[in-house]
Amino acid sequence: MMPITLHHFLAVAAIVFTIGVFGIFLNRKNIIIILMSVELILLAVNINFVAFSAQLHDLTGQVFALFVLTVAAAEAAIGLAILVVYFRNRGSIAVDDINQMKG
Amino acid sequence: MIPTVSTFLFYLFASVLVASALMVVLARNPVHSVLFLILAFFNAAGLFLLLGAEFVAFILIIVYVGAVAVLFLFVVMMLDIDFAELRKGAWKVWPVGLLVGAALVAQLVLTVWAWQSLPGAQGGILSPASHPAVSLNGLSNTHALGNVLYTDFVYPFQVAGLILLVAMIGAITLTLRVRHDVRRQNINNQITRRPEDAMVIKQVEKGAGAS
Repeated sequence: MMPITLHHFLAVAAIVFTIGVFGIFLNRKNIIIILMSVELILLAVNINFVAFSAQLHDLTGQVFALFVLTVAAAEAAIGLAILVVYFRNRGSIAVDDINQMKG
Repeated sequence: MIPTVSTFLFYLFASVLVASALMVVLARNPVHSVLFLILAFFNAAGLFLLLGAEFVAFILIIVYVGAVAVLFLFVVMMLDIDFAELRKGAWKVWPVGLLVGAALVAQLVLTVWAWQSLPGAQGGILSPASHPAVSLNGLSNTHALGNVLYTDFVYPFQVAGLILLVAMIGAITLTLRVRHDVRRQNINNQITRRPEDAMVIKQVEKGAGAS
């Protein structure tokens, strides 16, 4: 078997990233799945960061992966809080119904 | 580590990661989606371990599986949502999504391919054994990471803490609901209450009785 190189990790990250974008298209009405797809995209970004960190012998990539994790956790918390409030007010989470703020 | 073992583990983790990521997107039941998301995070943590990034791997498991995925699970289970209704019409955009996905994969692969052919960008063999330099000077990955995080990156670290604080306050204030139909204990009222507010002393005349 051929040894694992950086490109293998980049390929996996690219596939996961694409699946995340694809999920946003496929589940465009269900905002919970959209949030999960965003988490997948951020996970792909983290795989890239850590793979390059290992390749370049530089810990900065891993530090940045930690910051990405922090922001992703904050984003999930705020997003779900908004979702709960919206569901409490409207009784639905369909993305198409969210048009109250249009000018 | 023997190269064949790490190669086998890489393909195992990568294939399960991609499969569970697909299931996150395709599953009909959102609860199944969250559980597949947890599986995807576990396999990504396995990939990080193969890269020698133990700390990020375990933080991924602790933060994502322990906090974020459980948060998703709670929200999915507590909201009474008709998910079948939400999926209606999803198949109409299927070709568009597939097209965009294919274009994205093609672009990413082309980028990696073009970058690979640049001089000086030859990918080395990635296994922790081949580059002990990531664990700097014999320190463990966590120790080395802490050395950088608390010195070179102290300000971004503080900002990350601030972001988490703002997210926490925001989530609490967003979902806090003041209910008027329940009687709550008001400690301020209780403490500031004085004897004069609560009782009246009356001089009762002899033989008249209290009125």
